[in-house]
Amino acid sequence: MTKQRVPAVEGMFTMGDEPRLIGGKVPGRETYFFPKHVAGGDPAAVGAELEEVLLSRTGTVWSYTTSDYQPPPPFVANTDPYEPITIAAVQLEKEQMVVLGQCVQGITPDDLTVGTEVELVVDTLYEDDDHEYMVWKWKPVEAGENG
Amino acid sequence: MDEIAILGVGMHPWGKWGRQFTDYGTVAARDALDDAGVDWNDVGFVSGAITVRCGYPGYVAGSTFAQKLGFNGAQVASSYAACASGATALQVARGQILSGATDVALIVGADTTPKGFLAPNEGDRPDDMDWLRFKLVGATNPVYFGLQARRRMDVYGATQEDFARVKVKNSRHSVHNPRARFTKEYDIDDVMNSPVVSDPLRLLDICATSDGGAAIVVSSMEYAKAHGHTDPVRVAGISTVTPTFPDTMIDLPYLATDSAGETARPERGFKQSIGDRVYAEADLGPDDVDVAEVYDLSSALELDWYEQLGFCAEGEAEKLLNDGVTSIGGRLPVNPSGGLGAFGEAVPAQAIAQVCELTWQLRGQAEGRQVEGARVGVTANQGLFGHGSSVLVRK
Repeated sequence: MTKQRVPAVEGMFTMGDEPRLIGGKVPGRETYFFPKHVAGGDPAAVGAELEEVLLSRTGTVWSYTTSDYQPPPPFVANTDPYEPITIAAVQLEKEQMVVLGQCVQGITPDDLTVGTEVELVVDTLYEDDDHEYMVWKWKPVEAGENG
Repeated sequence: MDEIAILGVGMHPWGKWGRQFTDYGTVAARDALDDAGVDWNDVGFVSGAITVRCGYPGYVAGSTFAQKLGFNGAQVASSYAACASGATALQVARGQILSGATDVALIVGADTTPKGFLAPNEGDRPDDMDWLRFKLVGATNPVYFGLQARRRMDVYGATQEDFARVKVKNSRHSVHNPRARFTKEYDIDDVMNSPVVSDPLRLLDICATSDGGAAIVVSSMEYAKAHGHTDPVRVAGISTVTPTFPDTMIDLPYLATDSAGETARPERGFKQSIGDRVYAEADLGPDDVDVAEVYDLSSALELDWYEQLGFCAEGEAEKLLNDGVTSIGGRLPVNPSGGLGAFGEAVPAQAIAQVCELTWQLRGQAEGRQVEGARVGVTANQGLFGHGSSVLVRK
């Protein structure tokens, strides 16, 4: 029996073939937030009813790093023993903001540079007996073609 | 900005002592009172820097330390601003003194930290960014340090050897600091051979978490003069600024930056604005600074501060370091104490400890690590959730 795929945290991203992050937007303004409930900061947005908006699926790498040691809870490792994860901060052009995320498995810092084009995918964060808990991850756009 | 006097400073040595945080804070406070020559009953205000890791007494740090020192009826406040808590506690105390509410105040912070990564509070809390970043991304504190370090490499051409040389410099400074936890002098190979934690940063590039405590006794200039402190180190500026929207530098504990889609980025970013404020209060500038204590959570972050505090232009920090400018003996020594790399984080104490070090430097009491003739010193620090922290002291 295949495990049921569920978001690791509800309401932060869509699933499916072309997943998107779910952000917030100030009506009538090009000001975006992620997650959508983190709406502070913009003095012009105080008291505004935020719209839910799907953020851009692609962006360019602003910077990147790894976590070579297993992070503490609530992080749950997907492999035993833990394997280092690569993490990218990605600049979204339209939104003019940077969003963090893990990179898909197999991507190392050697595969990235500032400016690398990446796209959003949904991938397994960890699993238990019944569920695969899913999260957004960044994947270099060329990664598929180069194998 | 009106100034206040630093009458006394004290610290408990940093380490992993495994005792209650109150022990460290009480030792530091008594040292500071002795150094000041101030009777505890003269202290009218106790400003505690909160620790969130040590249970209820940590949340009410001001009264916890007031009780440990013997309740004397002093007024009390407790401040939390993560790593900036100590500067906020000093800010609160300055307000009390300059308003005339009290003549003498004690600022104190101490912590007992667990081993390993600093982690969020327990429980299932998807509305808490500090929880989400660990849960969904595995973004520990060093991950954020690694992002900034890699950015320096790709944009400015910095190298891992440059970062290692920060650690080498600060470890050399720490050798003669009796209050530092790590006093071993490292060379570049030691750093480069230590394991990668968050690429490109290695274990010896990243500060540890420590137990420690620090305290300061401050007073009005009038009180100082009346009690024989004719030429005290003075606090000439304190910055506890928040960011100006939009802040587009990714930072702890967030998963995303602000958006600059509608409102253009401010000319000066958040980190730059921290120093701008303290210079403006003191009516001084980066060229006036003789010595600095900056928040080297990682070796690479020290280089960022050189630029953010105006010691050099963007992208030139590596040159400043490699020319020896920021070593003791150079024109503008940075982290003569050894910095966080030698101390480790003891969150509520560290912004206070920076001021302690600068006070010893300006008094000429920093034996073995003295910056000769230092008259102006600046600290820089930052707490997560948008807490700036900088203090400018002068003789």
